[in-house]
Amino acid sequence: MTAAADPGTVAVHRRVEMIMGMPISLAVRRTDGVRAGLDAAWAEVVADLREIDRIFSTYRNDSIISRLGRGEIVLDQCPPEVGEVFGIGAEANRRSGGSFSIMLPTDDGPRLDPTGVVKGWAVERVSQLLTELDDVDFCLSAGGDMVCHTATEQSPPWRIGIEDPRDPTKIIAVVPVSCGAVATSGASRRGEHIVDARTGRPPTGIASVTVIADSLTRADVDATAAYALGCDAVDWLARQSGLLALVVEPDGHCITVDNRTGTPKIIGRP
Amino acid sequence: MKKIAIWIASTVTVVVLLFGYHTSTNKTSALGSTTDQSPGTTVGQSGQSSSTPSSAPSTSPPKTGTGGSKSYTGDVAQTERGPVQVKITVKHKKITGVSILQVPSEDPMDVRINDYAVPILIKETISAQSAQIDMVSGATVTGGGYLESLQSALDRAGI
Repeated sequence: MTAAADPGTVAVHRRVEMIMGMPISLAVRRTDGVRAGLDAAWAEVVADLREIDRIFSTYRNDSIISRLGRGEIVLDQCPPEVGEVFGIGAEANRRSGGSFSIMLPTDDGPRLDPTGVVKGWAVERVSQLLTELDDVDFCLSAGGDMVCHTATEQSPPWRIGIEDPRDPTKIIAVVPVSCGAVATSGASRRGEHIVDARTGRPPTGIASVTVIADSLTRADVDATAAYALGCDAVDWLARQSGLLALVVEPDGHCITVDNRTGTPKIIGRP
Repeated sequence: MKKIAIWIASTVTVVVLLFGYHTSTNKTSALGSTTDQSPGTTVGQSGQSSSTPSSAPSTSPPKTGTGGSKSYTGDVAQTERGPVQVKITVKHKKITGVSILQVPSEDPMDVRINDYAVPILIKETISAQSAQIDMVSGATVTGGGYLESLQSALDRAGI
């Protein structure tokens, strides 16, 4: 990391809004110390996320995704974003060996639910609004899955705290991120959806996985896929090039997988 | 949605608008009827951007599988990472599956080594304030856990 100002001395401005059923949190540092324009940019971010929610919300009967799932419309009639999300979801399903899916099994048969893909995809989309602002460092999080950006070499990295899965009032690790995406998968968030596809039961030997990568959709998928693999998470992560990962075991022991360069280093495994 | 439509065009090399998804037997179905889009959005218009491949759209007739399932195959589209094609399975008009047929290449993207750093483990796990963190990533940040979460404390402190 380049030497940078003590993070404590750079003013951080924040916003938070509940959208898509989750808290969307923004932290911003203007590198020139001026905070003009933040309100307008945030309003645009919120408006675009609400529009995405109108298309993709599975809680709304009239959303495009709900109507598509019921067969009332076909993909041809949907905005191109729907097809894009389908492509991401299908590829994620393949890469994760089935752990990650946009089809959820229900008692009535498989139901279309791309929520897992949409969250990260949406944050990445609207982050571009903030990247276009000059001299703005930002971190935009949707329920703990986030995109971080720094505008200059002198900007200090964002310090991302990884929640201790045993005690959510505590932080178990800090990851410095200048430009990248962070996603964490663990039991208490989406436990009911994540099963080890090999056993059909929740994974064992693992409490949480955090993945840091260039793309939030990638980090999301890999964190979910790794978590579902339980004891085999570390080995699987070591085969995915272009990421950092932190695996937390049920007793709090941490294993780091550093695969940023394609030559994986595993730290903390005896 | 205008902004998002513009982003689609600008990011087309990543995930191209693959979906020259033509259901040749569905011409009399919902196509052409109103799609109930709110005014001001650009959805529902002749769906393909000008940057999709210019080959004539292939009309792949639905294949009927067992048990009344049909599958539809989208056009092959060239993306930055190679060709991508998706297959959608439909049963009684409901989507029951989405799978990938042609897979983009797995060439890893270069990570600039300074983009992010190895996690610093906290020996005795400590509070967010002590760790001087900016954001929290974890399982309880979302949904019902938010109000008591560390993230909410950060959000409140900064407004």
